[in-house]
Amino acid sequence: MDETVAEYIRRTVLKIPRDEIKTMLQKWGFLSEAQLQNINFHQIKENISQEVVQLCEENCADIKQAAVLDIIYNHIHQNKRMWSVYQMNKKGEETEIFDLTDFKKKIKRQLRTALKNVTINFREYEDNAIWIRVAWGTPYTKPNQYKTSYAVYHSQTPYVFISASVFRSNLPLLCQALVVATSYQDIREMELRGHSLNSLKDIVFRRYSQNFQTHCPRPLQERNVAPENADLRIIRENKMEKEKIERVNWEVFGHGPQPKLEFAQYKLETIFRSDPKMHILDKKEPFRCVVKFSSPDLLESLKSLAPAGMADAPLSPLLTCITHKARNYFKIRDKKDLLPGGFTSP
Amino acid sequence: HLATSLPLPAEGDQLRPRIDLIVFLIDIKSKHSLKTVEASLAYVDASFFLGKVYFLVTGVGRMNCCSVNMNDIGKLGEVYCSPVLFCELELDSIRVSTAQRLLRILKICAGHVPGVSALSFSLLMKSADN
Repeated sequence: MDETVAEYIRRTVLKIPRDEIKTMLQKWGFLSEAQLQNINFHQIKENISQEVVQLCEENCADIKQAAVLDIIYNHIHQNKRMWSVYQMNKKGEETEIFDLTDFKKKIKRQLRTALKNVTINFREYEDNAIWIRVAWGTPYTKPNQYKTSYAVYHSQTPYVFISASVFRSNLPLLCQALVVATSYQDIREMELRGHSLNSLKDIVFRRYSQNFQTHCPRPLQERNVAPENADLRIIRENKMEKEKIERVNWEVFGHGPQPKLEFAQYKLETIFRSDPKMHILDKKEPFRCVVKFSSPDLLESLKSLAPAGMADAPLSPLLTCITHKARNYFKIRDKKDLLPGGFTSP
Repeated sequence: HLATSLPLPAEGDQLRPRIDLIVFLIDIKSKHSLKTVEASLAYVDASFFLGKVYFLVTGVGRMNCCSVNMNDIGKLGEVYCSPVLFCELELDSIRVSTAQRLLRILKICAGHVPGVSALSFSLLMKSADN
């Protein structure tokens, strides 16, 4: 077995948390049950990885099999990577039947004709997701297995989720290959990025709980049974106002959990407006400024701002449109005569 | 009765008992709370300021997060002739003792303590500060 393959397998196993190693190796299926029984999973990870490498040596593992283990690890720990969402367009309306083998063949052919040194692996999952792992090399060097890009394609949709890692210069190549293999016209990057792959999927596939406008205001009495109101001697004077704020908030955000995003970034290219007497920035040039909101769970925290009394409800549409518009990166320009609306997409 | 600001909503006017004591809470971590209190003071009838208004400053356990100018609070107490109390709600014991203090003040303001009026008591509180 190749030295580099052995090292790669060793490092991949070291990455896996100790209590997950056995299940991941089972999913991998490269080592037999008998071999797995022989490994002592209670020793330190260094030793576990050495044992695994030895067994792989016996089974003559090559880089392709090692790559599959990497895919399994990244599928389970998908939220460690940063994902960008890409959307493909096609001109016509004919929906072609998706052929998986044809797809894989085309991707390989596209990538290999452009760049000889690449390692390409595929793995399909239940939710129609096809995981594509690409390790990039150069015309003169072998593929670097540690700098891989992942693309997740859902065959019934025009969306691809790409985690590019370091070699962004190879992105156009990957995008081109995807377009050709899926018979679409072109592909563009959406302004939507985050760590939680499932949340990104929820946003573009519209799987989050949307609130449809209802004309009859829903009575909220049944929600007011809060344990803190157990003492009936405490009377809250502003209960009506609080209920109104909650209702408005729910109309905007819906009832269910919000998709998980970590940032929202707004690039401002607007003119600075101040008191004309103060003569600050008199020149009518755009004042460039970037506002970034970050949080472990941005949308949930935005949802709780108004009920916590930290912001007025309803919140600014710039914040609440994130899920409908499926974007968390915005460019805001001044209203111009040609363009409608206060903000334009790039 | 708890309220986030004054004036109190008109809907509750019929159900409200007589108000004996008004305590304005100012969180030193929040400039917004000071502004809300200053705005709400305009809605209080002048007769309350004869010993029935107190300022309670909370969050003093975390002076490193202080966003409010303590001088402003002191001036507020002077301008409105009302005592300023300090407490830290996050500590159980202080919370309980503050509640007990407020209850005793309320008893006096409601006239349940013979010989002590709200006005005389508040003057006592203020001269103790100085």
